[in-house]
Amino acid sequence: MSEALDPLLRWLQAMSVPTAIRENDNLFPWIESVHVLAIVIVVGSISIVDLRLLGVASRDRPVGRLMRDVLPLTWSAFALAALTGGLLFSSKAMDYAHNFYFQGKMALLALAALNMAMFHAFTGRAVERWGAMAQPPRAAKAAAAVSLLLWVCVVGFGRWIGFSLK
Amino acid sequence: MPHSIARWLYELCVWLDQTPLSQWIQTHGGSVIPTVQTIHILSIAVVMSSALMIGLRLLGAFGRDQSLDRVAARFLPLVWWPLPVLLTTGAIMIIGEPARSLRNPVFQLKMALLIVAVTVTLMLRSQLHHDPAFGDQSRAPKGTTRLTAVVFLLLWVGIIFCGRWIAYV
Repeated sequence: MSEALDPLLRWLQAMSVPTAIRENDNLFPWIESVHVLAIVIVVGSISIVDLRLLGVASRDRPVGRLMRDVLPLTWSAFALAALTGGLLFSSKAMDYAHNFYFQGKMALLALAALNMAMFHAFTGRAVERWGAMAQPPRAAKAAAAVSLLLWVCVVGFGRWIGFSLK
Repeated sequence: MPHSIARWLYELCVWLDQTPLSQWIQTHGGSVIPTVQTIHILSIAVVMSSALMIGLRLLGAFGRDQSLDRVAARFLPLVWWPLPVLLTTGAIMIIGEPARSLRNPVFQLKMALLIVAVTVTLMLRSQLHHDPAFGDQSRAPKGTTRLTAVVFLLLWVGIIFCGRWIAYV
């Protein structure tokens, strides 16, 4: 990543809350624990929807209804993951921003968002029409497979950040 | 902890540390540990979200149009299935760095919580087996049902928190 943002990153990590997280022995692990909890709920709940879209599990449950049940949970957990992730990032903004795995994780998240947006814009729009079918249309299955793969990689890259940070 | 158990744990760590597998992980383990941890976290994602679906159904906050029996049939096996993977990947992490885990009080607390969580999950399963209508949609969840759900969920949350804290204690 270019160094154009460095002054901004330095300014961010010099703020009071990021400094407290960096200098306190307990804040980072507590926030990180909540981050892990939030991420496992995001990934686990998305897989429930993805496995349904793949026609592998919950086949007796209409897709639309399952999504209405599960996705509010996914979004709440995602908000918590983004908040805690933002706090962790701010404490060492320079190191994270220049870390390959952190950059990769953000890119994978963007791809996951794009994949989800495409699904909802096209195949997902007609979910009430095909949602009760045990085997959803091929486009839905493809979106689900891509989603699962991306989220597994998000977790992997996330774990690797901790091992590659300076 | 009694002195004799502490001593035995110490000796176990020293012995494990010298095993060929541990030595191999320690020297070549640059990518072994993060890979194993990733598999461990993904397995936890399956357990936690499945537990959450059951817990929220017990609390009446998820899938109320489905019987608890049906929700449990879908998600309870997914609380069990990942456990062998979790134990295997956990064992690899222990063998790689025995003292970091076995002698760590947070690891010991995590194992104690795991035993309680498994017990509570088994109790939940037998309660469902004997009384499939337990927690049914037609009845508002009873106080004990709510308490069971909250304890069940808090145990798994506690296990996850301990897991992350092992690295810091």
